[in-house]
Amino acid sequence: MSGTVLSGVVQPIFAVNPVPWARAQMAFTLAFHIILVPLGVSWAAMALIANYRGVKHNDTEAMKLAQRWSKYMAVTFAVGAVTGTVLTFEFGLLWPRFMGQWGEAFGVPFAFEGLFFFTEAIFIAIYIYGWRRLKPWTHFWTGVPVVLTGILGSVSVVAANAWMNSPSGFTLDSNGNVTKVDPMKVIFNDAMPLMAAHMVMAAYIVGGFLVASVYAAGMLRGRRDRYHRVGFIIAFSVAAVATPIQMGVGDSLARWTYNNQPIKFAAIELVPQTASDVPETLFGHLNSDGTVSGGIPIPGLASWLSDPTDGTATVIQGLDTVPADQRPTTSQVNTVHLSWDIMVGLGTMLFLLSAWYWLCWIFKRRMPKSRAFLTLAAGAGVASVVTMEAGWVVSEVGRQPWIVYNLMKVEDAATGNTGVWITFLLVVALYIGLGITTVLILRKMSKRARDGDVSEDQVPYGPNGPPPPTPEREPVTVS
Amino acid sequence: MSTTIAVVLFVAVTAYALFGGADFGAGFWDLIAGGAKRGERPREVIDHSIGPVWEANHVWLIFVFVVLWTGFPDAYASITLTLFVPLTLAAFGIVLRGSSFAFRKTVFRTRDRRNFGAAFAISSVLVPYCFGTVAGAVASGRVPAGGVAGDPWTSWVNPTSVLGGVLAVVVAAYLAAVYLVCDARRISDPSMAAYFRVRAEVAAVVAGLVAIPGIFILRSDARYLFDGLTSRALPLVIASAICGTASLFLLRRGTADRYARAFSMAAVVSVVVGWGVAQWPYILPTSLKVSAAAAPSGTLNALLVATIGAVVIVLPGFILLYVLDQRSLLPGEGVTTPAEAEQPA
Repeated sequence: MSGTVLSGVVQPIFAVNPVPWARAQMAFTLAFHIILVPLGVSWAAMALIANYRGVKHNDTEAMKLAQRWSKYMAVTFAVGAVTGTVLTFEFGLLWPRFMGQWGEAFGVPFAFEGLFFFTEAIFIAIYIYGWRRLKPWTHFWTGVPVVLTGILGSVSVVAANAWMNSPSGFTLDSNGNVTKVDPMKVIFNDAMPLMAAHMVMAAYIVGGFLVASVYAAGMLRGRRDRYHRVGFIIAFSVAAVATPIQMGVGDSLARWTYNNQPIKFAAIELVPQTASDVPETLFGHLNSDGTVSGGIPIPGLASWLSDPTDGTATVIQGLDTVPADQRPTTSQVNTVHLSWDIMVGLGTMLFLLSAWYWLCWIFKRRMPKSRAFLTLAAGAGVASVVTMEAGWVVSEVGRQPWIVYNLMKVEDAATGNTGVWITFLLVVALYIGLGITTVLILRKMSKRARDGDVSEDQVPYGPNGPPPPTPEREPVTVS
Repeated sequence: MSTTIAVVLFVAVTAYALFGGADFGAGFWDLIAGGAKRGERPREVIDHSIGPVWEANHVWLIFVFVVLWTGFPDAYASITLTLFVPLTLAAFGIVLRGSSFAFRKTVFRTRDRRNFGAAFAISSVLVPYCFGTVAGAVASGRVPAGGVAGDPWTSWVNPTSVLGGVLAVVVAAYLAAVYLVCDARRISDPSMAAYFRVRAEVAAVVAGLVAIPGIFILRSDARYLFDGLTSRALPLVIASAICGTASLFLLRRGTADRYARAFSMAAVVSVVVGWGVAQWPYILPTSLKVSAAAAPSGTLNALLVATIGAVVIVLPGFILLYVLDQRSLLPGEGVTTPAEAEQPA
């Protein structure tokens, strides 16, 4: 690369193939960031529900929840913002050839994502810092753009990811360079609507279950006051509304994959050779010789699910229909399949838990209070995160070896910088520290709030600016 | 069309320098504010000043990246391939900085605050330095076009890059000090206003002292940039010096803060724009022209739409945020203004 003395000394030590490390680093930083995304997208909506109740019905507990959530949100949003910024660096640092080749198309959705994220950052700041001095309803409305831009921002990012699965909206010249771009077709590519819906729903499910799980754990420890109940009900209801919708969206997306990314689908369903009457294999694994062993096969179910109109006669394309270098490796197939089982399995359990919750409301007009339900609800937060991560693994690993489906391979996209293994190790250390600190800080804040921190609980709602001095609690006037 | 998008890119770079830069500068003053006791009040003022706005300030960076990789993907690929090390350091710095700033406000123990505060402050210096070296690398023509990597080390460890890095840190510090004088006066704290005024003056003088040898460095190390700065961009360079001096003069008078701040911003704007004008028409001097690097017209149109969207949606929001902040309607936590302290709790 260069003849300088410094490089001459340093090069041999650094000379490690960057591709697996770049892959690992991208996967790790995305896996971390994707946990914060749901909180950024859906927590504001939950806080606004509480805020609305607080102002409209003069509900002090709901108001307290909204205020505390907005404080915690400040922390998770900050961490989400910086880890998201890291991703914008990594696109270039890890995948410069991908960006150089496809930036003009792949980048388009990000131009709009930037727009939405900017608006989100502005209004979340106003909302978080505006409790004391803005009028109640004015303040409430400053939160609404946060919810909208959160959804639109994640839709834009997923549009870019969907484009990698379903690249469209460009023309290539004979050298493979992009010559014409149709931005609308890039953004609204074939995979985008379902993938975006799937992610937005996931954000509401994970955000809802995560927040609810904290209050469920509190209730299990005997803190069964109204404050905990309201906190639980708002968050859990959001998740429990989104979960059944997600079942439908996910099912449609799986069928879309069957029709448009047959090899990914073959990996999901563990189908080595093209066949009809394909069983849905629970667990099990693919061997390197192309046979499947272990697992519990449910006869014909995979075929039937792929296209119920043809039933079990539906033909599913096998992995071996494309050359080995154009499909996921055996271990990648097994990763995809296992992740799929985890996603569907846990997702179904979360759906059943939601059903329990709604049935209780319908028949008893109250939330379930049994220890069994609360224990499951306390675990639902982590379970929903695992479900989302598993789904993301299915999507990303299932696309391998392609970074742009059928057009560019991951190995051709990576940087030539051989020091990526070092940055990977540093990133892992930094993010583990960041993750632990974030959790500790949130716990500490919540403990402080519980112990009745004076400075926090005396924060009055509404204007109390220096001139003129206002009473402790303003009577809330409702228009 | 490619010119329009290049202008958009540079507007975003300038905005990042103005808003993100001031944020970094505030971190610099936080770093050298002294021990827990002595530095307490300056740190409070800094917290108070950047608390509500820092996240929005840094979205400009994301905007810069997005416009660059979408509008000029080849240039972006070359920059990230060559400048892997300083950009990675900057990314680490951004993580440390943003998270520890958010964490610091939520912890009360002095030891915790000190640790998070130190991480925040050190990375506040590291990040602008790295970006300065990146700017120096690009401006001095050390980033080759065509998707090949330049030298991983000398591309950013060289006279122009060091000059860029040091200038970035100093200019950020100057800008932040001017803003902080205004903020301190707004919360009626004359001692803090005086404290930051002295610092603004020192930073401005240091910036001037760095810039003078800088001229000779550029002359030998970045000839294309030097020629540009001494010809077509010369009026901007002179304007920057005049505006910088004017801001100090106005700060000293103490009656026209608003104009002092405006002049300090103008000084920074003219330097950054001067850089752009000096290296025009190249995006990577002297191997890649803006017009040659630009994406197809469909992409540029989309970027233009996004930019118009930014003007229509983001700009009013950004202004609203600043107006609310300047009117102390976003008080945040932990900081009591003297006026509030007098009030019965």
